[in-house]
Amino acid sequence: MIRTESLTKVFQGDKKNGRVQAVDQLTLDIQQGEVFGFLGPNGAGKTTTVRMLSTLIGPTSGRAWVNNFEIGRQDQSIRASVGILTEQPGMYDRLSAEKNLTIYAQLYGVRDVSGQVEKYLRMLGLWDRRKDPAGSFSKGMKQKLAIARAILHEPATLFLDEPTAGLDPEAAKLVRDFIEELKTEGHTIFLCTHNLDEADRLCDRVGVFKQRLVKVDTPSRMRTAVFGREIEFRLRRVEPSMAELMKHFDFVKNVEVRDGRLIVGVDEPETRNPQLVKALVEAGAEVQFVSEVRHSLEDVYLALITSGHR
Amino acid sequence: MRIRTIIDKEWAEVFKNKMVLITVLLFPLLFIVLPIVSMATMQSMSSIQSGKTPEVILQQCQAIGLTEVECLQTYLVSPFMLFFLLMPLAIPVAIAAYSIVGEKTTRSLEPLLATPISTGELILGKSLAAALPAIAATWLSFAIFLIAARIVAASDRVYAFITQPMWFIAVLLLAPLLTITSVNVTIWISSRVNDPRAAEQIGMMVMLPLLLVVFGQMAGVIAISLTSILIASAVMLIVDIAMIGLGIKLFQRETILTRWK
Repeated sequence: MIRTESLTKVFQGDKKNGRVQAVDQLTLDIQQGEVFGFLGPNGAGKTTTVRMLSTLIGPTSGRAWVNNFEIGRQDQSIRASVGILTEQPGMYDRLSAEKNLTIYAQLYGVRDVSGQVEKYLRMLGLWDRRKDPAGSFSKGMKQKLAIARAILHEPATLFLDEPTAGLDPEAAKLVRDFIEELKTEGHTIFLCTHNLDEADRLCDRVGVFKQRLVKVDTPSRMRTAVFGREIEFRLRRVEPSMAELMKHFDFVKNVEVRDGRLIVGVDEPETRNPQLVKALVEAGAEVQFVSEVRHSLEDVYLALITSGHR
Repeated sequence: MRIRTIIDKEWAEVFKNKMVLITVLLFPLLFIVLPIVSMATMQSMSSIQSGKTPEVILQQCQAIGLTEVECLQTYLVSPFMLFFLLMPLAIPVAIAAYSIVGEKTTRSLEPLLATPISTGELILGKSLAAALPAIAATWLSFAIFLIAARIVAASDRVYAFITQPMWFIAVLLLAPLLTITSVNVTIWISSRVNDPRAAEQIGMMVMLPLLLVVFGQMAGVIAISLTSILIASAVMLIVDIAMIGLGIKLFQRETILTRWK
């Protein structure tokens, strides 16, 4: 569980760099077991937010609670109850994979150190390479090792910063499957990612962030809020009169012909579509397909970030 | 427990680094072999080249009843005794430079700071990991030197000079205090540089004041005594307390993550 109230971070800067407002009045409420996608451009303040929530840096103002512990007052308890996957794996390259995890298991106070280390090395397919120095691992293997390090004390909340960045499709899928498995186990996951398709697939809710929280909702509700619901009619031949016909219905919000398809904006297509199809057929249209236009999360994100759409 | 884990981790990683290992082994080896070989050589040469000892030194020795060979050995061994104080300065620099700057360059410091370890535990673990091998190497090499010196010393009077209390106080009290200074200086340097070798090279400058003392003693300008060792220990204690305060201030999680370059 994560809750923030007007969380703000200002870096005061020095002679070279001026004052930087990294996070401004962030208010969030993430439930236990939720996968929350935190989306934003580079320099938006995502990493600063993760660092504040994992008590690596303190907020300038505002309050936050992670797993019911308050930031600034119960930092050690927070750190014991969260796992963090940083942007860089940051492994000890000269030490074996097993030794790397053993060190962290001991630092987190894991009771069955060797048991937990073995469990996660096996789960992430690294058991056979456990004695090899982490420095000899590929980028994907290092990332998997870093994920094992973040989860081996089985924290209630996980902060994952770009977990699949730079991974090949096979390794990325393994990581995504692993995140889904963690979700089913009830872990709260705070996922920072530039991979919007990944966020769409994994996250219960997403927050679009650029110093301030631009919008937070489920991906599907966010699509509706930004683009509305649109129905695509594929006709054998689209006549201008058919677009005009659609405009006569008072519940139709917008009509356009896009790439030879008739796109109609309506709020409740489940109840309105039969009327529209009937009208089109009566007007002589040959309806081939009817489907809902699905905007990608990328479209939504770009609309929110570039135009400040709320 | 966490401090122990940090020490284990540091030793496991740092001692796999050949540069660090060479530094840690080279200094003790050098500071044992050099004085012993020199004393042994001096003993055999002095019988052949008798009468070549500088008059000023010889007069001082004769005033306290030492023979020419005894005189040469005690004169020679004095600066080498101070070398046992260089070891606790040099070894921690090599270890701490790699352990702290190494964490920065491999980006392993952030996940480490994200664990429940406290800042105090982390500093203590890293400091002990750098200091303990230095202190152990100093004490062990001093012990080996004492055993070897017993064999090559020209007489009991030369050996008595080597085993006088001020050297034991220097090695047992002043050396650990110098180690703490060295570790703290390296932590401070580590916050400013990104290359372990640069940190090591700059850190080694911590030896300069002591080297001046060594040369001063050889030139007869500075006289080492029990009092001067005790005064130096008291001064280093104050310096260490101040530097630990500075080290803790520098080693704040936020400062490390956002300000360390």
